[in-house]
Amino acid sequence: MTTISRRLRSAAVALAVAVPMLASAGVGDALAEKVLRIVPHADLKNLDPIWTTAYITRNHGYMVYDTLFASDENLDVHPQMVDTFKVSGDGKTYTFTLRDGLKWHDGAMVKAEDCVASIKRWGKRDGMGQKLMDFTAEMKVVDDKTFQIILNEPYGLVIESLGKISSNVPFMMPKRLADLDAFKAVPEVVGSGPFIFKKDEWVPGSKVVYVKNNDYKPRSEPASAASGGKVVKVDRVEWLYIPDPATAMNALVNGEVDLWETPAPDMLPLLKANADIKAAVIDPLGTQGWLRMNHLHPPFNNPKARQAVLWAVNQEEYLQAIIGDPTLYKACAAYFICGTPNETQIGTEALKAVNLDKAKQLLKEAGYKGEKIILMQPTDIPVLNGASLVTAQMLRSIGMDVEVQAMDWSTLTSRRAEKKAPADGGWNVFHTYSTGADVQSPVANIGISGGGVEKAWFGWPTDDVTEKLRDDYAREADPAEKKAIVEKLQTRLFDHLVPYVNYGQWFQPVVWRSNLSGVLVSPVPFFWNIDIK
Amino acid sequence: MYAYIAKRTLAVIPVMLVVALVVFLLLHLTPGDPAAVIAGDYARPEDIVRIRKQLGLDEPLYIQFSTWLWSVLRGDLGVSIFSNMPVSKLIGQRLEPTLALSVSTILFSVLIAVPMGVWAAWRSGTWVDRSIMVFAVLGFSVPVFVIGYVLIYVFSLKFGWFPVQGYKAIGDGFLPFLRSIALPTIALGVVYVALIARISRASMLEVLNEDYIRTARAKGQVERKVMMRHALKNAAVPIITIIGIGIALLIGGVVVTESVFNIPGLGRLTIDAVLRRDYPIIQGVILVFSAAYVIVNLLIDISYSFLDPRIRY
Repeated sequence: MTTISRRLRSAAVALAVAVPMLASAGVGDALAEKVLRIVPHADLKNLDPIWTTAYITRNHGYMVYDTLFASDENLDVHPQMVDTFKVSGDGKTYTFTLRDGLKWHDGAMVKAEDCVASIKRWGKRDGMGQKLMDFTAEMKVVDDKTFQIILNEPYGLVIESLGKISSNVPFMMPKRLADLDAFKAVPEVVGSGPFIFKKDEWVPGSKVVYVKNNDYKPRSEPASAASGGKVVKVDRVEWLYIPDPATAMNALVNGEVDLWETPAPDMLPLLKANADIKAAVIDPLGTQGWLRMNHLHPPFNNPKARQAVLWAVNQEEYLQAIIGDPTLYKACAAYFICGTPNETQIGTEALKAVNLDKAKQLLKEAGYKGEKIILMQPTDIPVLNGASLVTAQMLRSIGMDVEVQAMDWSTLTSRRAEKKAPADGGWNVFHTYSTGADVQSPVANIGISGGGVEKAWFGWPTDDVTEKLRDDYAREADPAEKKAIVEKLQTRLFDHLVPYVNYGQWFQPVVWRSNLSGVLVSPVPFFWNIDIK
Repeated sequence: MYAYIAKRTLAVIPVMLVVALVVFLLLHLTPGDPAAVIAGDYARPEDIVRIRKQLGLDEPLYIQFSTWLWSVLRGDLGVSIFSNMPVSKLIGQRLEPTLALSVSTILFSVLIAVPMGVWAAWRSGTWVDRSIMVFAVLGFSVPVFVIGYVLIYVFSLKFGWFPVQGYKAIGDGFLPFLRSIALPTIALGVVYVALIARISRASMLEVLNEDYIRTARAKGQVERKVMMRHALKNAAVPIITIIGIGIALLIGGVVVTESVFNIPGLGRLTIDAVLRRDYPIIQGVILVFSAAYVIVNLLIDISYSFLDPRIRY
C-alpha cells in the first residue's frame, strides 16, 4: 500500500469518527426551559408600534404591551386592561377603571396618567385615533386607576377604536415614553404585556427574544384572539427570521423551529404531507388584494376609466395566478371583505361580471387616447409581482398601452408618493394588499378614503360624499343604521369613486409542528396560550 | 520593504474615500425611500414626509455626505435608520459568523485543493488527473445554493447529522460551532477547491518541466521532497494570487451561503439593508468589506517576497 493510500485511509477513518461526534454535539441544548421558536413573516426592525404601521412591529407590540380593550376572534371588543367602564347618559363621557395589579416591565404600577398619555400619542398617528381625537374635548385623570374621555358630541366608535386589533394598535406605554414625540421611535421597550423583550439578545435581521413576564396577571376569561386571558405557557419565545422559504421549511421539518407564520403556497403540499406538521388558516378574514389607480392623472382621473377596470377584472384569474390552491382563496367583491358584519354585495355587479366589451366602451367614453399606462411591478414580492402581470395583460386586452416597470418594493414605496404625471416620473397603477382586519371597517380602511391630495392614501381619490358617509358611520352607534350606511357607501364606491379594485380574498395558512397546542384563531398571530408537549 | 508597506497603507486612505463617495452617491441616487419603509404600507403621505425630515433625509446630498464622512472620520459609522442601533454594533454582531465562514472556507479549500492540484500534476494524464479535473469543472459549474440545498437534504434531513440553519458562536462550544459551520463551509468551499486545484495543477505542471526539478531528481532526491520543497514552493506565487482573488470573491459567495443556511452574517445584513435602503448600514458594511479587500491584497503582495526571493519591493 502506498503512503498516499495509507493517508487517504487514515483520513477516511478520522472523518467517520468525527462526523458522528459533530452530529451528537449540541444534542440536549435548551432542554431546561420551554422555548417556542417562530419564523415570523418579516424581520423586526422597528420597535415602536405607534411610530410604524408595519405588521411585524404590531405583532411585537402585542408581545410586550397590553391594550385597554381587545378584539376577540369575531372582532367583538372586550375590556382587557380595563376592569369596568361606563358611558354617561348623554353618550359624551366615558369613564374607565383599570384592573388591579397591572405593572410595567420596569416594576412601576400602571396608572391612569400613562393610559391618557398613550392614547394621545396613538391619536397623533393612527387614522381611527385621529378621528377619535377629533371628537374628544378632553381626557381627564380621575385617580391612579380611573380616567375619562370627554367627547364634544357622541361618537359611535370609542370602544372599537381603543380595541382595534391591527395597526396602529393603541398599546399602553409608561407616560415618560408616551409623552415623547409621536414621530420619533421610543428609545426603550417598556410595556405591561405578557412577554418581556430582551434587547440584549436582539440581533436585527436574525433573532428577537422574549421571556415570560412573571408579573403579568392574565384575565380570567379564556383567550380569544387579542382578548381574554393571555396565559403564557412557555418560558421563552424566539423569533428567528429566515428569509429563504426553502430553509424555513427544512428547519420546520427538522424540528429546529416550531411554527412558520407565512409558508410559501408552493411548499404547502409538501408540508401537509408530513405527519409531524399541522397547517391551518388562523386568520378567518384573510387578505384583500388592491389594484390601486392614480386618480390625479388621465385616464384614471375619470370615473369611467376606473369603472372600465372594474368590468375587466376577473378575480379568479388573479387568485389562480398568485395563490393557486382554490381552498385558500375566494372571489369576494365586497369592499369591507367577506365574513365580516360589514360585508355586503350591493353594487358589486361590475366586479363580479367580466365584460371586456363594456370595459372598452367605458374607456372610450372616458376619452382614453392611447396614453401610456405606467404599471409598477414589485418583483421582490411574489403575490404583487403576479398580480401586476395579470393586470398588465388585462389592461392590454381592453386596448390600453401598458408599460410594466419592474422595481423592488422599496423603490415602489418611494415612487408611489410621486404626484407628478406618469410621463414625468409618476405612475398610473400599482398593487398591494391589506389584511381583512384593516379593511372591514369604513373608518379603518384607508384605501377607500376620498380625502384627495391632502388626506387620502397614495392614488389620492377625491370624493366628499364618501368622506361624509365615513363620518356618518363613525358617529352612528346603532348597528342597523351602521349597516345601512355601509350599503350606501359601497354603492358610492362602486358607482363613482372606485378607490381601488379588489382583486380577491385569500387566506394564508400557518404551519406548526404537531407537538404544539393552543394556537389561537386570529387575524394577528399571538404566542400566548401556546404550549409545547 | 517597510517603506513599501507604509506607502501601500497610506494609499488605502484615498481608495477608501473614493469607495465611500461612490457608494454614497450610488445609494442616494437609487430610487427608494427608507422613510416610506419605516412608516409602513398604510402610513399617510404626510407622516412619511415628517419621518424623512426627522431622519435628515430631506437635506441636500452634500450635507448628508459631509455629515456622514465627518462621523466616520471620528470612528462613528452612524446609527441604523430602522433599528436605531449603532452600525458598528450591528457589524460587530455579524462579524464573527462571516469571519468564521470565510476563514473556514479558505482553510478547507486550501487544505483540500492544493494537495489535489499537486497530486493531479504529479499524476498528469492518468485517471487521477482526469478525475480531479472533472471535479474542478463540476465545482465551477454547480451554483453554491444548489450544493447547499443538496447538502442540507442529505446530511440534515436524511441523516440528521447537521442543523439545517443557524450559527453557533465559538463561545457556545467548539463542537456546536463546527456543526453549524460544516455544511456552509463545504457548500461555499467547493468552487474555491475547484479554482485553487486547477491553478495549483497548472502551476505545478509548469514548474515540473523546469531543469532544476530534473536536477533534483537526478541527484536522487526522494519524490516527496522534489514535489514539496522544489516544485510547490516555486509554484506558490500564482496559487497565493488565486487564493487572494478567492478571498475577494468570497464576499459574493458569503451572501448566498448565509441566505441558504440562515447565518446571521454581514452578507445577510447587507441584503436586508439594501432592500430597506438603510443607508448607514450599507455604507458601513461596504467600507468594512473594502478595507478587508485592500488589506488582504496588501498581505498577499507582501507574501510574494517571502515565497520568491527574486521579488523585492
